[in-house]
Amino acid sequence: MSSPVIVVFLKDIRSELRTRYALNALIMFVITTLSIILFSIGNENASQEVLSGVLWIIIFFSSMSGLSRTFVSEEERGTVMTLQLLARPLHIYFGKLLFNIVLMFLINILSVSLYLVLISSFIVRSYDIFALTILLGTLGLASAATIIAAIIAKANNKGTLFPVLSFPILLPLMLTVINATRLAVDGAPLVDAVSEFQVLVSYIIVMVTVSYIVFDYIWKE
Amino acid sequence: MAAKVTIAIWLTIIIVVAFIFPVVPSPEKWYEFPVIPGLEDRARILFFHVPMSWTTVVAFLISMIFGIRFLKTKSMDDDLKSVSSAGLGLLFCILATVTGSVWAKFNWGSFWNWDPRETSIFVLLLIYGAYFALRSSLDDEVKRATLSSVYSIIAGVTVPFFIFIMPRIMASLHPEPIVNAEGKVHMNTTMLVVFLSSLAGFTALYFWMLSLRVRAGRLFDVQPRQGV
Amino acid sequence: MTKALTFTASDIGKVFAGRTIISGISFSLQSRQSLGLTGRNGSGKSTLLKILAGVLSPTSGGVTLEEGGGEIPQEERYRHIGFVAPYLQLYDEFTAMENLEFTERIRGAGKSRAELEQLLARVNLLPRKADLVRTYSSGMKQRLKYAFALVHEPPLLFLDEPTSNLDRDGIALVREIVREQKNRGIVVIATNDQEDLQLCDSLVSVERPAAGSSEER
Repeated sequence: MSSPVIVVFLKDIRSELRTRYALNALIMFVITTLSIILFSIGNENASQEVLSGVLWIIIFFSSMSGLSRTFVSEEERGTVMTLQLLARPLHIYFGKLLFNIVLMFLINILSVSLYLVLISSFIVRSYDIFALTILLGTLGLASAATIIAAIIAKANNKGTLFPVLSFPILLPLMLTVINATRLAVDGAPLVDAVSEFQVLVSYIIVMVTVSYIVFDYIWKE
Repeated sequence: MAAKVTIAIWLTIIIVVAFIFPVVPSPEKWYEFPVIPGLEDRARILFFHVPMSWTTVVAFLISMIFGIRFLKTKSMDDDLKSVSSAGLGLLFCILATVTGSVWAKFNWGSFWNWDPRETSIFVLLLIYGAYFALRSSLDDEVKRATLSSVYSIIAGVTVPFFIFIMPRIMASLHPEPIVNAEGKVHMNTTMLVVFLSSLAGFTALYFWMLSLRVRAGRLFDVQPRQGV
Repeated sequence: MTKALTFTASDIGKVFAGRTIISGISFSLQSRQSLGLTGRNGSGKSTLLKILAGVLSPTSGGVTLEEGGGEIPQEERYRHIGFVAPYLQLYDEFTAMENLEFTERIRGAGKSRAELEQLLARVNLLPRKADLVRTYSSGMKQRLKYAFALVHEPPLLFLDEPTSNLDRDGIALVREIVREQKNRGIVVIATNDQEDLQLCDSLVSVERPAAGSSEER
C-alpha cells in the first residue's frame, strides 16, 4: 500500500505523460528563449555575470510557465472535489509538490545543458558549486511556486497572477542562486559558497513549512 | 477629534523643526544639528524618509497579523483591518520609495541604484502590489480574505531573508554610521529627539488613518475591492 | 464488520455572498436509516449535501460521525464517505479501470484488480473498462461514479440527484445499490424525484427545515 502522496504524484505524472499539457509547452519555451538569447548575444562576449543572471531568468520564466498546471488543471476540470473526497489536504499538497520538483528538475537539466553547450562564453569552473546550486535552486523554486500555484488556481487571471505573486517571494532565492552561479563561474572553492547554500537550504525549509501550515486554508472550501 | 488635532500639530512642528533648525559644524545650542560629512543639509531627509519606511513595514506586519486573526476567527472585521492596513502600507511605501529616490538623485546622482535598502523597499512595493492584484481577482469575499491572508503570511516569512541576505550580496550606499542594522544610534541628541518625534508622529498618523478606514469600512459594510 | 453508526447534523447554516442559503438544519441518523433532502431547485440541497459529505465548510453548525460510540475526527471522515453527484468529475484522460485503481490506491482500500472488475461489472461497465472516460456517455459516467463511490465500501453514502442521466436499467441499479447500502449503513439523498424519495425513511425540507422533519413514511 503506497502513501497517498505517492499516489497523487504518480497520477499527475501519468496524466502529464498522457496529455503532455505542460511538458511540450515548457520544452518549446526553453528552446525559444535560448534561441532569442543566442541571437541577441551573437558573436559578442557577454560577461560571465550577465550570463549567470540570464540562465536564471530562463529558469524562472520556465517555472512560471509550467508549475501552475498541477493545481490549475484540477480546478479547470472540476476534479478538486474529487480529490477532497479521496485524501487529506496535505497528501494532495505533498504529492503535487513532488510532481513540481520532478518537472522542474527535468526542465532545468534541459535548460542548463543547452545553455552550457550553446553559449560558449559561459564556462563553469567549479562544478561542485554549480551542481549544488542547480539542485537547491530547483527545490527552492518548486516549493515556493507550488504554494503560490495553489493560491492562484482559486482566482481569476491565473496566468498573469502567478508571476506577479511569485516574483517577490522568489527574489531572495533568485539573488542567492545567481550569486552562487557567479562563484561557480569564477572558480571559487566550495567553502566560499557555504553561506549561499545555507540561505538556500533555510529558504526551502521555511517555504515547505509555511506551505504545510497554510495549505488547508487554501484547499478547503 | 483630539487625536486628529494633536497629530496635526505634532507633525507640523516636526516638519517646521526639521527644516529650520540650522546645520552647524559644532552644535552648541540645543536647537542646532551637527553637520554630517557628505550629507549636510540633505540629512534632513532622515526625519521623513526613515519614519515612512518604518511605518510601511509596521503596516505590513499589522496587516499580516490581522490576516492571521481572520484565519482563526473568520470575522470579516479582521479582514477589513487587514486590507485597510495594507492600503496605508502601500501609500507609505510609495512615499518612502519616492522620497528615497529623489533624495538619492540629489545625493548620489542617480534615482536608483539597487542597494540593499532600495531593493528591499522595492520588494515591499511588489508585495503590496501582488496582494492587491490577488484581492481584485477574487470575487467571493471569504475566499478573498482567506487567500490574501495566506499570501501575506508567505510574503511575511520571506522578509527575514531580505534583511539578512541583502547587505551581504550588495555593497550598500545607505548611510551606515548613523542608522544601521544593529540599531545602534550615534546621533546627536537634538537630531535624535526630532527623529524619534517624527517616528512617533508618523506612527500615530498611521494608526489614526487606520482607525478612520476601519470605521468607514464598517459603516459601509463594503470592503474596498482594490483596497487602496 | 459494521459497527453502530450515528451521523448527526447540528444547526447547519451556510451564508454565501451575503445570502443565507440554508439555516437551522439538524437531524440525526443511525445505521440502516436513510434521509431524503427535498427542496426546489436552487434551494440549497446540493450545498447541504456537500457540507454533510465534508467537501464544503458550513458557516455555522457542524456534523459529527460516531462509530461504536467513539467520534471519528473530522479529518478522517472522508474515509467513511461515498459521494455521487452530477457535478462530480472523474479523470477523463484515464480509463474507467484506471480511475478505480487510482481511487483504490489513494484510499488504501485493499481491493484487488478482480474485485474492482467485479465492481465495474456490477454497474454494467466491465466491457468498457479499458476505455477512456472521455468516451463515455453521461449515463455511463453516472454509473462509473457509483463504482467510484463504492470502492472502499463506505458506511455513509451521499447521493445528489441519484438517477439523473440514467435509463430504466440504470435507475433500477441505483435502487438496488441504495437498498444494499441501507443494510450496511446510512444513505442521504438530495432530490425532487418522488420515486427516489420513496427510498428514504424520512425527509428534511431544506427550505423549511423545522416543518417536515422526520416525516415517517
